[in-house]
Amino acid sequence: MYNHTVARLTYRALLGRRRALILCALPVLLLVIAAAIRAMTGADDQTAADVLGGFALATMVPLIGVIAGTGAIGPEIDDGSVVYLLAKPVKRPTIIFTKLLVAIGVSVAFSAVPTLIAGFLLNGNSQQIAVAYAVAAAVASIAYSAIFLLLGTVTRHAVVVGLVYALVWEALFGSIVDGARTLSVQQWALALAQKIGADGAISSAVGLPLALVLLIGVTVVATWYAGQKLRSLTVAGDD
Amino acid sequence: MTTIHIDNVSRWFGNVVAVNDVSMRVGPGVTGLLGPNGAGKSTLINMMGGFLAPSTGAVTLDGATIWRNEGIYRHIGIVPEREGMYDFLTGREFVVANAELHGLGAEEARRALATVEMEHAQDRKIATYSKGMRQRVKMASALVHDPAVLLLDEPFNGMDPRQRMQLMDLLRRMGADGRTVLFSSHILEEVEQLAAHIEVIVAGRHAASGDFRKIRRLMTDRPHRYLVRSSDDRALAAALIADPSTAGIEVDLGEGALHIQAVDFARFTEFLPRVARDRSIRLYAVSPSDESLESVFSYLVAA
Repeated sequence: MYNHTVARLTYRALLGRRRALILCALPVLLLVIAAAIRAMTGADDQTAADVLGGFALATMVPLIGVIAGTGAIGPEIDDGSVVYLLAKPVKRPTIIFTKLLVAIGVSVAFSAVPTLIAGFLLNGNSQQIAVAYAVAAAVASIAYSAIFLLLGTVTRHAVVVGLVYALVWEALFGSIVDGARTLSVQQWALALAQKIGADGAISSAVGLPLALVLLIGVTVVATWYAGQKLRSLTVAGDD
Repeated sequence: MTTIHIDNVSRWFGNVVAVNDVSMRVGPGVTGLLGPNGAGKSTLINMMGGFLAPSTGAVTLDGATIWRNEGIYRHIGIVPEREGMYDFLTGREFVVANAELHGLGAEEARRALATVEMEHAQDRKIATYSKGMRQRVKMASALVHDPAVLLLDEPFNGMDPRQRMQLMDLLRRMGADGRTVLFSSHILEEVEQLAAHIEVIVAGRHAASGDFRKIRRLMTDRPHRYLVRSSDDRALAAALIADPSTAGIEVDLGEGALHIQAVDFARFTEFLPRVARDRSIRLYAVSPSDESLESVFSYLVAA
């Protein structure tokens, strides 16, 4: 199910100079904000939860997910280089699964790890807030990677669709509109954070069992469907 | 595995029919796929390469369906027309990656790069390559697993004459080795120089198949033009014009040659040497002046 060559090609494409800069920008911003707040106001649990929930989990994690998930396959489909992967006796689900693992690795490295560091900077992991949000960011990264990887196989406008989803649905509706919360990766991840954090420190609109079922279900279905899409990927020619 | 079978294949995109009920066999040797822009050549090659499903009909390699069959790529090598090819890799890294995806290694990649004579630039990034160099590295990636079938979409695009000659030699050798080599091209001289066998696609339809000279001759209702030089052009012209196989003759005094328009190919090719022999006229040159693929093409498109 894993192909080392596909992984190598994917992470080298993902961590190319320009994309790596974009991937670094948000975590650096988070760390700067965290350090600045700590310096100005001192350690405060509520502020830590607000920053990690409002910026890290609601905005940074889905954006990193869009860049890593769609970037793991979208550019190859756009420029036609995916032909060199497809014209090989390698099973399509293997290609997708390998790309998913790389996208998850990159997302976790650029979102969950900075979230953990930012949490420690903000309040030294008081009430387990840093660890809780870092785990939530890691779990959300997995689901986002699968969703955006699928998006990369079904539309050439994956980045735009992904950004709209990340910014409008997750960052806006997922935070403020009740109904949308149930269908928000952010809220599913928060359910896990709620369990890890101290009582009352973090809250989610979704119960943990449902959140876990939805996280696993969405990840599995998106990955499976992306494999199916890749099996039938049409490479249009210029006649 | 060496023969691609295309059976009653059509492919449409929305309301546009790109390929219309085409049937053909592409077997060992070099075959040229020829047609004007928009004729459906790339659509056909994409179907043969498994990147496009036929709307109707079947595309198979010795009985095995190509579409959605990744195992088929053990036997097929593909040189796509598009330029996207992991520009951040060096040529060597790119070919090694292609070898690895076939379960092979650096040795096979080295051999493929040597075949296309790209060792000298193999450690440069692909982004720095000229179009001809990119084309040769694409070739190496397609040859790395020593495939029985090689499909090339406009492979000579952007190559300089020397590179073009090299690639032609390589493809000729591969065809002579018994591989099935199919390439599309809109440069008629290339097809003429390289492929004994052509498949002509015009407006999505399979217009002709076979040796292009034979195709030309099959169209007996079309005039054939010849340029003839002889020891006595005037006497030869007088004898030929009396025969119904010849529709017109122009005596070109400046060039010292006859421009002959023949309407019955078989009869004319028998009649010309006989009449020359009977009248003791020496023939210095007899060459078809309109048997380029361009003229074959224009006849087929007009027909």
